[in-house]
Amino acid sequence: MSKYTEDDLKKELETKEYEYGFYTDIKSDTLPIGLNEEIVKAISKKKGEPSWMTEWRLDAFKIWKKMEEPEWANVKYKKPDFQKISYYSAPSNKPKYNSLDEVDPELLATFKKLGISIDEQKKLAGVAMDVVIDSVSVATTFKDTLNKKGIIFCSISEAIKNHPDLIKKYIGSVVPKKDNFYAALNSAVFSDGSFCYIPKGVKCPMELSTYFRINEAGTGQFERTLVIADKGSYVSYLEGCSAPSRDENQLHAAVVELIALDDAEIKYSTVQNWYPGDSKGKGGVFNFVTKRGLCEKNAKISWTQVETGSAVTWKYPSCILKGDNSVGEFHSIAVTNNFQQADTGTKMIHLGDNTRSTIISKGISAGKSQNSYRGLVHISARANNARNFSQCDSLLIGNKCGAHTFPYIETKNKSAQVEHEATTSKIGEDQIFYCNQRGIDTEKAIALIINGFSKDVLNKLPMEFAVEAQKLLEISLEGSVG
Amino acid sequence: MLKINNLHAKVEDKEILKGIDLEIKAGEIHAIMGPNGSGKSTLASVIAGKEDYEITKGEMLFKNNSIDELSAEERAHKGIFMSFQYPIEIPGVTITNFIKTAINETRKARGEKEMPANQMLKLLREKCSMLEIDRKFLSRSINDGFSGGEKKRNEIFQMAMLEPTLSILDETDSGLDIDALKVVASGVNKLKTKTNATVVITHYQRLLDYIIPDYVHVLFDGKIVKSGNKNLAIELEKKGYDWIKEEINN
Repeated sequence: MSKYTEDDLKKELETKEYEYGFYTDIKSDTLPIGLNEEIVKAISKKKGEPSWMTEWRLDAFKIWKKMEEPEWANVKYKKPDFQKISYYSAPSNKPKYNSLDEVDPELLATFKKLGISIDEQKKLAGVAMDVVIDSVSVATTFKDTLNKKGIIFCSISEAIKNHPDLIKKYIGSVVPKKDNFYAALNSAVFSDGSFCYIPKGVKCPMELSTYFRINEAGTGQFERTLVIADKGSYVSYLEGCSAPSRDENQLHAAVVELIALDDAEIKYSTVQNWYPGDSKGKGGVFNFVTKRGLCEKNAKISWTQVETGSAVTWKYPSCILKGDNSVGEFHSIAVTNNFQQADTGTKMIHLGDNTRSTIISKGISAGKSQNSYRGLVHISARANNARNFSQCDSLLIGNKCGAHTFPYIETKNKSAQVEHEATTSKIGEDQIFYCNQRGIDTEKAIALIINGFSKDVLNKLPMEFAVEAQKLLEISLEGSVG
Repeated sequence: MLKINNLHAKVEDKEILKGIDLEIKAGEIHAIMGPNGSGKSTLASVIAGKEDYEITKGEMLFKNNSIDELSAEERAHKGIFMSFQYPIEIPGVTITNFIKTAINETRKARGEKEMPANQMLKLLREKCSMLEIDRKFLSRSINDGFSGGEKKRNEIFQMAMLEPTLSILDETDSGLDIDALKVVASGVNKLKTKTNATVVITHYQRLLDYIIPDYVHVLFDGKIVKSGNKNLAIELEKKGYDWIKEEINN
């Protein structure tokens, strides 16, 4: 009889090392640890920012000092000591390159290990990349092609210098400085990130893609992303992350703001694979992200995320459906294994008439992990004929993990239609035996079942990302299945 | 092809099979009948290699080699197929994807290359028309929301695609109306060759009106207590299982 049981599989999963756990030795220019006004000013100065930006940061810092770290999420962790973190780290060798030859070879080797060599990416049809290592953009490609269409795709630091009007108008307009503890912190100390502007009526001809990566031990990463789709434009934006294996916990508190003006559409896809900690729950990234989009009239924003990493995830990509007939979508797969904890979901705020939102959330828990869906559907009093459909499915592997669902529904308008469906299932021995009997071994069977479970969301990802996401799901859960 | 000698098996310390002897040759159809709880489904599961069961005595030889230590998938790779009494649902996985994975995993285990897509497509079409299955059926998730008849038909379709040497049909007639029963039975008959063999496990004689067995065995309390030809099934239908019980007790 077969010797490979579910218990063996579980053991294999626990002992499986983080695939991308390596550390790149690049000289970094790091600020002293701790956080005070001087540090905030120093960050702004290092980045050569205009004084209005420095003031903006200082204001955020003042707000942050008065706030307290939230405790309502279904996660348990040792709170980071914000005075023991260095808030700025950039590769100190040349920060900007005209060609790949000038890039630190170690950095290139890192990309190769990640399987995202820029070289290859450049050749791959239609993917432009703004690569962020720690905090400063080191390579931006495809700029010329985008320039011709009037599309701006650059680091947020560049945008602050070159497009101050857009930045002044939109930064903090969707996620205000005082929105929450981490958003305030990010506003004060954000290091870098991406900026994207699509002009009126322009359909962005390629998927815009950014790879983030935490690299310096003990450095928090505070990314700031701002995407503006002007009237009638379209853009698909991909964000992927992978962090090297570190012992101490790393803090990641990003802010992403999307603005879809009238008749515009933004597709924002994320594959998140930060270091989740080892099989005993040691180490791993704390991921506290604020992502929110604003839809004007007839606009559409869809968030798609595949979350496999981080020790602690706190993340709710949301849509404010301000304009009439606007549409918000949220498609999510969250995988937790070992001691990972994820509290993730979305908020759909219906303000306009005939606004529609769809939420598809798939949680997969294994090991001793805890996976929570937390969602809010809010229909305001003046939003007539608003509709929402939510579906939250949980899949459990083994019997030591947990799946939780916290759906909040607030309806203040009688014409609203809100539907919520939820299921919880377990990968059953019967399912596995059924596959075995057809000649499919247990590992492959689990991959098949997981992919079937996640299909609705995987289908929403752009092709090149869907393959990577599928691979990540298998790596996170099935040991050697490739 | 399959030779079972004095097979004893237990589940959680409860002995269910208490000395089964059975020989099945290529080209034969065997029916195994018996009342509820006599061990019919257990026998099917033990042959297929379900892990819940432990063989305590005896052995199973398939093509002269012991299969007792093989995993369920290894037995499948050797050509053993079981049609489930209660086929399992796998949401989101289409029949096409499932069967493609099953065929290619089997080929891989046998050291063969994956089946080329065009060949796979041709085979799917061929078997669909043979079993009178609408090809739209193939895009549905495995057994998800299927009727009883659809589930069983899907089992026979997979059997047709995998072309096993030995097929064990566990209570294939349960939950089927007479029309569905005829369709399934005709599928089984079409798949019959001189080189494969079929074991039909059933409560009732009615399935055997459509799948004519060469041998009928009666299983009672973990043992085969009577064997005969198809007339034995008819006799059982008439007299019920009590008749056998009495015969044993006397």
